[in-house]
Amino acid sequence: MKIHLKIWRQKNSETPGKMVDYTLDEISPEISFLEMLDILNEDLLKKGEEPVAFDHDCREGICGMCSLYINGRSHGTEQGITACQLHLRSFKEDDTIYVEPWRAQPFPVIKDLIVDRSAFDRIIQAGGYISVNTGSAPDANAIPISREVAKEAFEAADCIGCGACVAACKNASAMLFVAAKVSHLALLPQGQVEKQSRVEKMVAQMDKEGFGACTNTGACSYECPKNISLSHIARLNREYLTAKLASKHLS
Amino acid sequence: MTLDAKIPNGFLAEKWTQHQFNLKLINPANKRKYDIIVVGTGLAGASAAATLAELGYNVKVFCFQDSARRAHSVAAQGGINAAKNYQNDGDSIFRLFYDTIKGGDFRAREADVYRLAEISNNIIDQAVAQGVPFAREYGGLLDNHSFGGAQVSRTFYAKGQTGQQLLIGTYSALSRQIANGKVKMFPRTEMLEVVTIDGKARGIVTRNLVTGAIESHNAHAVLLGTGGYGNIYFLSTNCMGANVTAAWQAHKKGAFFANPSFTQIHPTCIPVHDRHQSKLTLMSESLRNDGRVWVPKNREDKRHPNDIPENERDYFLERKYPSFGNLVPRDVASRSVKQVCDQGYGVGQTGLAVYLDFGKAIKRRGMDAIKHSYGNLFQIYEKITNENAYEMPMKIYPAVHYTMGGLWVDYNLMTTVPGLYALGEANFSDHGGNRLGASGLMQALADGYFILPRTIADYLATLPYDKISTEHSAFKEAEDNAKNRINQLLALKGNKTVDEFHKELGLIMWNHCGMSRSEASLKTAKEKIKVLEEEFWENLSMVGSNEELNQTLEKALRVADFLEMSQLMVTDASHRKESCGSHFREESQTEEGEAKRDDENFTYVAAWEYQGKNKSEVLHKEALTFENVKLTQRSYK
Repeated sequence: MKIHLKIWRQKNSETPGKMVDYTLDEISPEISFLEMLDILNEDLLKKGEEPVAFDHDCREGICGMCSLYINGRSHGTEQGITACQLHLRSFKEDDTIYVEPWRAQPFPVIKDLIVDRSAFDRIIQAGGYISVNTGSAPDANAIPISREVAKEAFEAADCIGCGACVAACKNASAMLFVAAKVSHLALLPQGQVEKQSRVEKMVAQMDKEGFGACTNTGACSYECPKNISLSHIARLNREYLTAKLASKHLS
Repeated sequence: MTLDAKIPNGFLAEKWTQHQFNLKLINPANKRKYDIIVVGTGLAGASAAATLAELGYNVKVFCFQDSARRAHSVAAQGGINAAKNYQNDGDSIFRLFYDTIKGGDFRAREADVYRLAEISNNIIDQAVAQGVPFAREYGGLLDNHSFGGAQVSRTFYAKGQTGQQLLIGTYSALSRQIANGKVKMFPRTEMLEVVTIDGKARGIVTRNLVTGAIESHNAHAVLLGTGGYGNIYFLSTNCMGANVTAAWQAHKKGAFFANPSFTQIHPTCIPVHDRHQSKLTLMSESLRNDGRVWVPKNREDKRHPNDIPENERDYFLERKYPSFGNLVPRDVASRSVKQVCDQGYGVGQTGLAVYLDFGKAIKRRGMDAIKHSYGNLFQIYEKITNENAYEMPMKIYPAVHYTMGGLWVDYNLMTTVPGLYALGEANFSDHGGNRLGASGLMQALADGYFILPRTIADYLATLPYDKISTEHSAFKEAEDNAKNRINQLLALKGNKTVDEFHKELGLIMWNHCGMSRSEASLKTAKEKIKVLEEEFWENLSMVGSNEELNQTLEKALRVADFLEMSQLMVTDASHRKESCGSHFREESQTEEGEAKRDDENFTYVAAWEYQGKNKSEVLHKEALTFENVKLTQRSYK
């Protein structure tokens, strides 16, 4: 099939970028979207031009490295997948496809389609864990956890930290990302001890990184490759409110 | 140099306990005087880094990804083994040890494997305490399933995303230590050189993947948790960035490479569909608990699988191995699949696939139960192939998955370079000739959480606290080496891309040093790689500069090392004239075509010593002795 591409090219964080046109002919609809970019890059290299830089690693939808904004949507228009799981069979002959990096102030562009998502790491560092040193754990079956709770915690822990939620949000809010972690740990008995300080610290860091406010539009959850539910944001709000009411750090 | 594995004396079950008592300790107040470098943030690297920081050491951690959370342990699907015997089905530490030794075809050390089985239980406790949401039964206790090669249910799992959930555990432990200031994290940074001073590992040289800066980092010890080198085959289930550079550069600085040709080919992967394919996707082998593998009895049968009646299907694993059936270990399953396809029974467009059928399991267990067990795997399958495996059988074919070979380490996980350690898939230690399912996660976490943090103190206690400045000539020399390699590559203005070279290398390795090997095929491989390597250093087409984010340069550096490493793999495969584990040597088979091991001549670990570019490596043999198990030919019939 034949497709036309408009791809964001930007040499580095200091240089302004622009959309550049490319056309690919005679490519198989069975290949993945990233394999299509591989083909484009091979063509560019053959011509002595710089290939398009993009983040990718596992190519099976679990590492969260790929971060392409395709036709105005995080990871493309299909639901519940990452860009690496998108195949060209989702497009039509002669389609024009727009490929951009995540657009959000806290995710500055490093080069072409690659952005800096270290803000997410700093939010986790602020409190997204249970403080348990190696070796001090009790027997794994000491605390029974109901199947339902384990399942719901798993569904929150499913987050791959790709940033699609932020890219999809008009306010570049990171609420779904933060909510997934807060919810995962708040649901489990092991997470109870630190639950108050955890939510306070994580939300404070989220604000510090410059992510926008949540208006419950739901684009984040809709675009999330792991279908993380908005109900986790509700739980985050509840946890945050409860924490603040009892907080020692009223500000 | 004679290899000393430093295996403790005493009874098998007491070795580790006794050894821990004999190891030197470091006073808590003195731990902060030591700096440790950890390369790689998968389960092994991240768990070691977090634990060492908890103990009080200063840790610097490096990964090439943009975040520590993305290391490829994240993609492990099936589960993690432990000898908890929660299912009351006769499991024990000794049984897990025995299964692992036997599954590895008696090419691993008894003492190391026993310790692994012993520690397995602590890992599950640790992970649960961190909030890893393993699957549970209705009563709220942990659920287990049985997994390839085991007759007990000892595998803990979190849907088909066990690796991801465990990695989030190690990543959060690591994040906590970053926040505490005990770990300094360097993402998007690749290690290019190990620095040795007076024969000891004292640091590394790295390249910042964003700015291109070549930098030196000093430490009292260096840990490599850098994974395997399956990507040498180009197509594999590894992530795109997985590479051998850290291990290979360590090898060039004196770390012996053990059993480099031991590569695991996983039976249940989605078949290759296109020549532009960039990677292969694994379908967890837990699917073989319920899925039945078959091909049509008639070679010409082009009917839709659902239209082929029972009596015209050949369930060849069940036929050939009645007692294990579809649950035979990975190497046996892979070879059988290849065999039927080579004989022309394969299905799909390429004929390089067999069916994995859930029809009967859905009838027996019900649709809901199958969805509960494998829902996300069926989803992955559909996303890639556009086929619904609830309605028609999956198509699968073997793919390169894991490398049992790796840097040689002693019982303390130290390589032959003092102060340089290798953990997880990067070392060779526990899986012998073949790794059992759900053992990779177990080993990575045993090494990182429980073994290394204990054994490293014994070495550090012998060192003075003094730091060696990165101005030392050894650092400057290593930096120059790295820079020269980069400049040499960037000067190449040929007309073949790095991917083209990588694909060619992969094909040579797959065809001649893959699932089965022979004297002749290995000779061909050797000659072809030599020619390809020469062409690489003349005809590679490079663009861009070092002082920027340059993915072409990143790949070129990795492929240059793959080209060297592949030759050692071929050398090792040639010298091991027996079939064992995943290493199937055509000249060494039984009349029925099964692998034939040669215990008389090959019961040893082959550890190779680098001698310099284009010089033959020297083979050192570490004899393996078995006092607690009897060597048997594996039979799954």
